[in-house]
Amino acid sequence: MNAMPPLGEPASEPAATSAPAQEAAREAAKEAPKETAGETGRPAAPLSPGRETLHYAVRNPKLLIGLGVVTVLLLTGLFGPFLMDGTDPNAYSGSQAVPPSGENWFGTTTFGQDVFAQFVHGLRATFLVGVIGGGIAAVIAMLVGFFAGYRGGVVDEVLTMFTNIVLVIPSLAVLLIVNAYLGVRSVPVQGLFIGLTSWPWAARAIRAQTFSLRTRDFVDLARLSGSRTWRIIFREIAPNMSSYLFMTFILLFGGAILIASSLDFIGLGPTDGVSLGLMLQSAQQWSALQLGMWWWFVPPGVGITAVVGALYVANVGLDEVFNPKLRES
Amino acid sequence: MLTLDRVTKTFRTGTFSGSTLTAVDRVSFSVDRGEVVTLLGESGSGKSTLGRMILGLTAVNEGSLTLNGEPVRPGKEYYRRVQGIFQDPFSCFNPVFKADRIFALVKDAYHPRVSAADWRTRVEGAVRDVRLDPAQVLGKYPHQLSGGQLQRLLIARALLLDGLEILVADEITSMLDASTRIDVLNLLGDLRERGLGVLYITHDLSLGTYLAESTVVLRNGRITERGATEKVFGNPLHPYTRHLLAAVPRLGVDWADAEPVEECVFHAAGAEGDLYEAEPDHFVACARLPECEGR
Repeated sequence: MNAMPPLGEPASEPAATSAPAQEAAREAAKEAPKETAGETGRPAAPLSPGRETLHYAVRNPKLLIGLGVVTVLLLTGLFGPFLMDGTDPNAYSGSQAVPPSGENWFGTTTFGQDVFAQFVHGLRATFLVGVIGGGIAAVIAMLVGFFAGYRGGVVDEVLTMFTNIVLVIPSLAVLLIVNAYLGVRSVPVQGLFIGLTSWPWAARAIRAQTFSLRTRDFVDLARLSGSRTWRIIFREIAPNMSSYLFMTFILLFGGAILIASSLDFIGLGPTDGVSLGLMLQSAQQWSALQLGMWWWFVPPGVGITAVVGALYVANVGLDEVFNPKLRES
Repeated sequence: MLTLDRVTKTFRTGTFSGSTLTAVDRVSFSVDRGEVVTLLGESGSGKSTLGRMILGLTAVNEGSLTLNGEPVRPGKEYYRRVQGIFQDPFSCFNPVFKADRIFALVKDAYHPRVSAADWRTRVEGAVRDVRLDPAQVLGKYPHQLSGGQLQRLLIARALLLDGLEILVADEITSMLDASTRIDVLNLLGDLRERGLGVLYITHDLSLGTYLAESTVVLRNGRITERGATEKVFGNPLHPYTRHLLAAVPRLGVDWADAEPVEECVFHAAGAEGDLYEAEPDHFVACARLPECEGR
C-alpha cells in the first residue's frame, strides 16, 4: 500500500479506466450528444440544471397533457367572457330548459340562462378562488411546515400548537360571523378566507417531510458549506419534495374550489356572480337530475373534475421530471 | 490546533424531557496540524456526538472548544478552517442534484470571485488528488456513483477550501470495501502530509491504529485511555483497552480473554480528577469507570 502514487498524480486507481471501459465510455459519449445537442454533432456540454429540467419536461407526455388541459380551460375562463360581448351569464336568453343546440351550446337552465355563458364565466371565478385560496394556503403551509420541521424543539411545539388550533376552528361559523360583520362578498375575499383556514393539514404534512429530510447528512454538509437556515430549506430540502409541494398546491387548489362551491350553496358565496360550484348547487337545488336536464350539471362537474384531474396528471409528470431516479426507468 | 477542554454534552430524553443522558462527559484532548488523531469507541460511546460538536452541528453544554486559542464560533469562517466528512456517503449527497453540486456550494460560499473556468480546473485537480477520474464522476447524479467514489468526492470537497486546518472524518470507511478502505485511509495520510490535522473517528481498532500518532479511547462518553498510539496499544493500562486489543481477530490464534489488570493504575497512583498520566503522553482513567465515580 506504500506504493501509492503521490498526491496530484493523474488517476491510476480507477480500475474502470482500463482500455475496454474507456472504449465504452467513449461510445457512450458519442451516443449522448445526439439526444442533447441535436444535429450539431459536437459533444454537448453538461446542461445547466434549469435547461435539464426543461429538457425532460417537454418530453413528458403526462406533464404536457395535464398542463395542456389546464391551459385550455384557463384560457377559456380568461378570454371567453370577452368574446361573449359582455353578456350577463345570469340573464334570460330567450328560451327555458332547452337541451344543447347550435343556439345554446350547452342548453339553458329552467330560468332561461345560457349554460355555456355560465360555464365560461364560472370557470374564471373557479380558477380565481382556486388560485387565491390554494396559493395562500400553500404559502402559509410551507412557511409553517418548513420552519417547524427544520427547527424542531420549542419553535416546532409552538407552531404545531398554532396549526392544531386553526385546524379545529369551525371555519363555517367563523365565515358566518365575518360575513355578518364585514358584509364583503366577492370571489377574492372568499378565496382569502379559504386560504387562511385550509392550510393546517398541509403544514403538518410538510412538517413531517421536513423532519425526516433534515436529519440527512446533506443538510449538515450544506451547513458546513456556510448555508443558512432558509437557504438550506429552499435549496436543499424543498427540491427533494418539489413534486410533493406541487401536489399539496393542487390538493389545496381543488379543495378551495370544492369549499367555495359548498359555501356558495349555503348562501355565503358571491352574491351576484357565477361559479362552477354555484352552477352545480343551483342545478341540484332545482332538481336538474330528476328533470333529466343533464346539460345543467354535467358541464360544471366535468369542468371541476377536468381542472383538478389534469393537475394531478401533470403532477405525476412533474415527479418524473424533478426526480432524476425516475427518469431512467 | 483544535483543543477540547472538558467538553460535555447532555441530552434531554423521555416524556417532557424528564430525564437526561450524558453522551459526552468531560472529554479533553487536542488535534494539531499535521497529525492524525484516532477517536476510538464502540457504538454509543459518544464519538459521533463529539465529532458533531467539533463541527458545530450539536451544541456543547459544558467545557470549551478552542481553535488556536480562540473559542469556536460555528459559522462560515469557522468552516473555512474546520470541515467534516460523514459516515454515509449516500446520505451526504442531495439525491435530486448532481454530485458535483457539493463543489458548487463551496465555490458560492468561499470562492465567489474565482472564474468558472478556473474553478473547474481546481475541481478537476482536487478530484484527481483523491484518485478519481474527473470525466467519470463529474456531471453524474449520486445514484450513478459508487459509495467509494462519493466518499472520495467528499474528501475532494474538503481539499478545495484554502486554509483548511482540521478535518473531522467520522467513520468514513465503514461503508467501504476493505480494498477501497485502505485507499481512503492513505488519502487521510496524504492530507496529514499537507499539514492538515485529522480527527479520525472509528470503531475499528485495526484501522484506527494504522495512521494515528495519537489515540483517544472513548467509552460511555468518557475517555478511558489516551496518548501516543504506540504507548496506548503497546502498554495498555485500562482493562477496556486490553479487551479491545484482545478482540482483534488474528489468523491462527484462538480467541482469548484479555489479561486482567492486577490493579487500577489510577487509584494505585492516588490520582485525582479524570485522568492519570502514567507516563509522558499516556493518560489513563480509573479502571472501574463508571461504577467508581464519586467514590
